[in-house]
Amino acid sequence: MTAADALRGVAGGALIGTSAALLLVADGRIAGISGIAARLLGRPDHDTPWRGAFLLGLVLGPVLYAAASGGWPAVQIEAPWPVLVVAGLLVGFGTRLGSGNTSGHGVCGLARLSGRSAAAVATFMAVAVLNVFATRHLGILP
Amino acid sequence: MRVRVAVALLAGLLFGAGLALSGMIDPRRVLGFLDVAGSWDPTLAFVLAGAVGVSALGYRAARRMGHPLCATRFDLPTRTDVDARLLVGAALFGVGWGLSGFCPGPALAALPLLPPKGALFVAAMLAGMALHRALPAKS
Repeated sequence: MTAADALRGVAGGALIGTSAALLLVADGRIAGISGIAARLLGRPDHDTPWRGAFLLGLVLGPVLYAAASGGWPAVQIEAPWPVLVVAGLLVGFGTRLGSGNTSGHGVCGLARLSGRSAAAVATFMAVAVLNVFATRHLGILP
Repeated sequence: MRVRVAVALLAGLLFGAGLALSGMIDPRRVLGFLDVAGSWDPTLAFVLAGAVGVSALGYRAARRMGHPLCATRFDLPTRTDVDARLLVGAALFGVGWGLSGFCPGPALAALPLLPPKGALFVAAMLAGMALHRALPAKS
């Protein structure tokens, strides 16, 4: 990580925080991505339009960034197909069972000083770090 | 209603642009943060600090408001208990996050950039959410 990476990190984080603050102050809502996405899977109700608009913005945001900066952000998925499927199922199921993830518990929950969110963040961080250690340095699993 | 939809669209755009600017849209960067024993990339900590800092300012403002600008009431989580469901869910998410480098936000934001693997992950993620929805006995 260079100093520029850290700076872009803080600036990008501030944009994400602004998104959460805007949704809260204007609409009284939590910017929890898994909750917003999962509730779109249910029967449409009066919250469906804003949830759909948020996700549309989320998908178009990087496109807007690319247009403004003159280049697409570097992205690459290294995980093989079967691992991606298993990981996707775990992320989808786990975020619902645990009522949130990096956005709802991380960005919003930690800002509210929620102990419940802090416990969730500590758990998924620790498990993910152990998981990466096991796969990259112990040669366990994929 | 139209104002609320416009606010949500703007919030989504900010979130997606923030993920792109910070580099966290790239699962390699996220895995670089999680790989503390490798060539550790601490960027995610800076992103989280910036996000939580600004988000906390929003909460401070919200606490002084009777109601949100465009809605009649705040719709915030009220639970404070740490139960098994929360911890098991967080742990399962942690395994999936560690395997892929994707959490739901970046996975959706990267959708136009990473066909077809990104779409496969998102489809599996939505299936996992649907599976949870289909399970009975939610407390």
